[in-house]
Amino acid sequence: MNNNSVGIVKPHFFTFAEPPQEMPLDSGGRFGPITLAYETYGELNDRASNAVLIAHALSGDAHVAGRHSAADKKPGWWDYMVGPGRPFDTDRYFVICSNVLGGCKGSSGPTSLNPHTGKPYNLDFPVITVGDMVRAQARLMDHLGIERLLCVVGGSMGGMQALEWAIEFPQRVACAIPIATTCRQNAQGIAFDEVGRQAIYADADWCEGQYSSQGRRPVKGLAVARMLAHITYLSEESMRQKFGRRLRQKEAYGFDFRTDFEVESYLQYQGESFIKRFDANSYLYITKAIDYFDLQRDFGTVEKAFAHVSARFLVLSFSSDWLYTTAQAKEIVRALKINHKNVTFCEIPSSYGHDAFLIENPQMMKIIADFIGHVYQEESAR
Amino acid sequence: MTPPCRLRVDLQLIADLVPEASRVLDLGCGDGELLDKLIHEKGVDGHGVELYHEHIYECVARGVPVIHADLDEGLSDYPDGSFDYVILSRTLQEVHKPLVILREMIRVGKTGILSVPNFGYWRTRFQLFFQGRMPVTNTLPYQWYDTPNIHLPTIRDFTLLCRREGIRIIRQIPLNRGKCRPLSGLHPNLFAELVILVVRKTATK
Repeated sequence: MNNNSVGIVKPHFFTFAEPPQEMPLDSGGRFGPITLAYETYGELNDRASNAVLIAHALSGDAHVAGRHSAADKKPGWWDYMVGPGRPFDTDRYFVICSNVLGGCKGSSGPTSLNPHTGKPYNLDFPVITVGDMVRAQARLMDHLGIERLLCVVGGSMGGMQALEWAIEFPQRVACAIPIATTCRQNAQGIAFDEVGRQAIYADADWCEGQYSSQGRRPVKGLAVARMLAHITYLSEESMRQKFGRRLRQKEAYGFDFRTDFEVESYLQYQGESFIKRFDANSYLYITKAIDYFDLQRDFGTVEKAFAHVSARFLVLSFSSDWLYTTAQAKEIVRALKINHKNVTFCEIPSSYGHDAFLIENPQMMKIIADFIGHVYQEESAR
Repeated sequence: MTPPCRLRVDLQLIADLVPEASRVLDLGCGDGELLDKLIHEKGVDGHGVELYHEHIYECVARGVPVIHADLDEGLSDYPDGSFDYVILSRTLQEVHKPLVILREMIRVGKTGILSVPNFGYWRTRFQLFFQGRMPVTNTLPYQWYDTPNIHLPTIRDFTLLCRREGIRIIRQIPLNRGKCRPLSGLHPNLFAELVILVVRKTATK
């Protein structure tokens, strides 16, 4: 497996939209300067026609594949998808991933320093949308000399970005692969996000968002938000298989309020590891962007949203995903069919719930590799 | 370039019926063999609909666009007359509501092309009549307990249904062991194993 790794990689940074040329935002304001952290794997070819943009989900970052140092315990979040001979084959494709605008992994977000005050923006950071994230990425593509992307791919919020790319820049995307996603966040999704935000607001250490200047961090609230969200990424079946009712290092109930069950311990671990790597305000901003995502609202109908796309689509859902269901994927497919667009759709069998797109799955890997391979051949013949 | 592939005989005949650059929907497209040929050799704008995963992966590997769906869920997403041709190759007998599919096919396609196993074929009749067994033949190779074929018409049944539904049969190609033979042409309902039918909606007055 190591033979196919992209090896040691390093992040890059691109800053643009320096005042007075700030980037216009969906909220009506303008914002700049903006820095995007990004990583690339493979080589851009002479015609700049082999670029694949991977868009990450809520808690992801630009570090898709490889390791930052030999000492890293884990590789990037989609390592098995990117590398020589892997579906996003770095012998053929130039793969890019950038941390989203509003993120906390090197791109401009609420933790960034406001150049006017020299202090973190915190809640002075503007509320951003998935569209804003995508328009910032487009500036990065300009910077890298990529006029047209071979592929934009992503799961969950990454899938929203893939849809937005194909709609906003129809001539710049040869194919889009939205995975485990929706064209409009539904009430259930908003509800879960809101409980997560309320958990953060309720933490006394949140300090109305100004925690960094007071040397505090709302780690309890953020951990609860993550624990709740993590449940929505699993499935009843995967939880039953992984934990069942197994007790944690004990034979009998404790008859107290310490941890009894494995599943409790697992969620606590998820919460604790998340607070080490994520910022609470950034969590608020990104969940808000997800909740605002609604192509129907933007275009009148979902069909109209896709009227002018020219990309080929591969839409994927997972059978046990109850956060972004197959029915939601079919809503995207339906709109594309009505517009006579080139669309392939498959519901991939998996018991892993929404998280399935992050877990190595031979069917998903094959269908993506085959799909992008054909588009690459056709683009090369253009 | 991939060499031109040799198709199952009925698929080849169907492929010959589809003009270049037309818009085609193949319902129950299987591994995408027919669409592969139509798209890559005849420049057809083609899409498949298929239920089985293994077939979907094969379609994608061939570069054939395919939608994972159950035909019994219907084709309601497609507007009227969306396609020049809608193809149902050895599929109608497998669906739960063949009449619904047939009506939908005629609605979304200007022309329909079907291939249907003929239950009136003499070998089928023979087995049922003289052996008292559910027939097992080349075109219907399954035992009664594991067959996907749940709605089996004779050619005569199908013709009568089309008449009732206001569907015109433009062309009928009866096949016996993969070929058009004199006897199957003379009396298709007795001597054809399989029939290819080109159908259209009767023009409304």
